[in-house]
Amino acid sequence: MRPDRAAGERWKRVVYPPLGIALALALWHWICVQFSLSTTVLPKPGLVLAAALERRDLIAAEFWVTLKETVYGFGLALALGVPIAVAITASKTLNLMFSPILIALQSVPKVALAPILLVWLGTGIESKLAIAWLVAFFPIVVDTAAGLQSTPRELLELARSLRASRWQVFSKVQFPAALPYIVTGSKVAVTLAVIGAVIGEFVGSSEGLGYLLLTATSQIDSPLAFAALFALAALGILAYLAVVAAERLLEPWLPPAADRRD
Amino acid sequence: MSFGVLEGVRKEFLRPGRSVPLAAIEEASFAFEKGELVSLLGPSGCGKTTLLRIIAGLIAKTGGSVRIRGEEVDAPHPDFGFVFQTPNLMPWRNVLENVLFPMEILRRSDGAAKRRALALLEMTGLAEFELARPHQLSGGMQQRVALCRALVHEPALLLMDEPFGALDELTRMEMNDLLLDIRARTQATVVFVTHSIAEAVYLSDQVLVFSRRPARIVEQIRVSLPYPRSAATRYSGAFTALEHRASRALGVLREPAHAT
Ligand SMILES: Nc1ncnc2c1ncn2[C@@H]1O[C@H](COP(=O)(O)OP(=O)(O)OP(=O)(O)O)[C@@H](O)[C@H]1O
Ligand SMILES: [Mg+2]
Repeated sequence: MRPDRAAGERWKRVVYPPLGIALALALWHWICVQFSLSTTVLPKPGLVLAAALERRDLIAAEFWVTLKETVYGFGLALALGVPIAVAITASKTLNLMFSPILIALQSVPKVALAPILLVWLGTGIESKLAIAWLVAFFPIVVDTAAGLQSTPRELLELARSLRASRWQVFSKVQFPAALPYIVTGSKVAVTLAVIGAVIGEFVGSSEGLGYLLLTATSQIDSPLAFAALFALAALGILAYLAVVAAERLLEPWLPPAADRRD
Repeated sequence: MSFGVLEGVRKEFLRPGRSVPLAAIEEASFAFEKGELVSLLGPSGCGKTTLLRIIAGLIAKTGGSVRIRGEEVDAPHPDFGFVFQTPNLMPWRNVLENVLFPMEILRRSDGAAKRRALALLEMTGLAEFELARPHQLSGGMQQRVALCRALVHEPALLLMDEPFGALDELTRMEMNDLLLDIRARTQATVVFVTHSIAEAVYLSDQVLVFSRRPARIVEQIRVSLPYPRSAATRYSGAFTALEHRASRALGVLREPAHAT
């Protein structure tokens, strides 16, 4: 690409996305006005922004709660999912014993478990964390296991021919080979963790963005409900970007982008 | 006593759901001396990789014996080096780190190891690439890195499984010369799997021609062309005659060759 073209591209990249957003907001506003929609049905963007600014302390507090649930749930999914994937790929016995259970559990709609978890764990952070953990857990286990199993046979034979210990094989060959898969799984998992946390809040909670959304709608405070919705979207994007940032940090240990699955 | 001796090596693979096992190697007996380069030449799927894995002690044999320096091989031995059909470098390591991998596993990754790795990279024409990542190298360069990795712990025996099979003809011939050069310098003993007749004859002191599966040795060819060999060797009458002999043994050439 010629440098002047590259500069042109960069200019477009800076200008076009905000332009798109501005257009969408304008369309939204126009629809509200054109069809004289009541604020309850669809508040004008200006009203949503006003609500967001006016109640920013409340939104920030609830944002923080949902963020905590998401991060803890995701962190726990990572902390448990990776070792479990390691265990079932390292041991044939464990694999035969627990893979069917894992597959069966994976096909249970996790949302259906929310009420049960609430009964078990109460309406505090524990139940949200548990649901966020549950939905984030499976993609991490599945992708980590796939990554560990994707290690080329030849590399394993090379290690074995050098009489590598199991730990050496794992730490120097299998785990680094699985890392890109773990990152891919994490990207899916973190987005799911946000959904899990919100579902938990919907089913029973006294705080969090999901709870705020629910109460705002029941009080017919649509601008606040929409503001909560945008906050949730921001949370999801933030969580995803955090994983992408982690991926950047891992760059030296990852294969080049072209070889990656995603 | 020869450096390596195989006697009546046999291999059957159990097949799930079938009572009759799959016979991969019917019988293989041969010997090679220290410093020799032996090629295993045979059609695809005949059991060459399997035999190499048995020599390496990576898989169990059904019968027979493999002795290297008088010792029966029935487990992997760190004194062997490996080159596979594809480079199989680790994408997350740079070239030097890839070459040093065996030394790390053997817990001998010290200054001397690094110097040796750099010397090998220099010898294979990769002196300026030690910090490059594998994806930045061409296929031939990657295979040269794999060769350095196989040699870095100074193995007594180098096992190579169609290492240049995926390369273009020109690169392959360059790699052949490189291998002969390295062998001359390191005195390594090499067992080399290939299905290229020309490559087998060009490289070897001894070519073993295998039948289709289940593998049997159908011909044992001594190549007494003098080393160092060069492009001119490929066009000599003696070379062509050996190629013809190997082709006939493989069954690709039916009519008798003209005596030249
Ligand atoms: N682990 C295994 N289990 C069952 N059968 C196997 C196994 N490994 C190899 N075989 C069979 O043994 C035969 C020989 O395989 P091998 O890989 O040794 O062939 P090869 O001569 O190296 O072929 P190529 O030149 O194509 O690499 C094949 O029929 C293959 O299907
Ligand atoms: Mg093979």
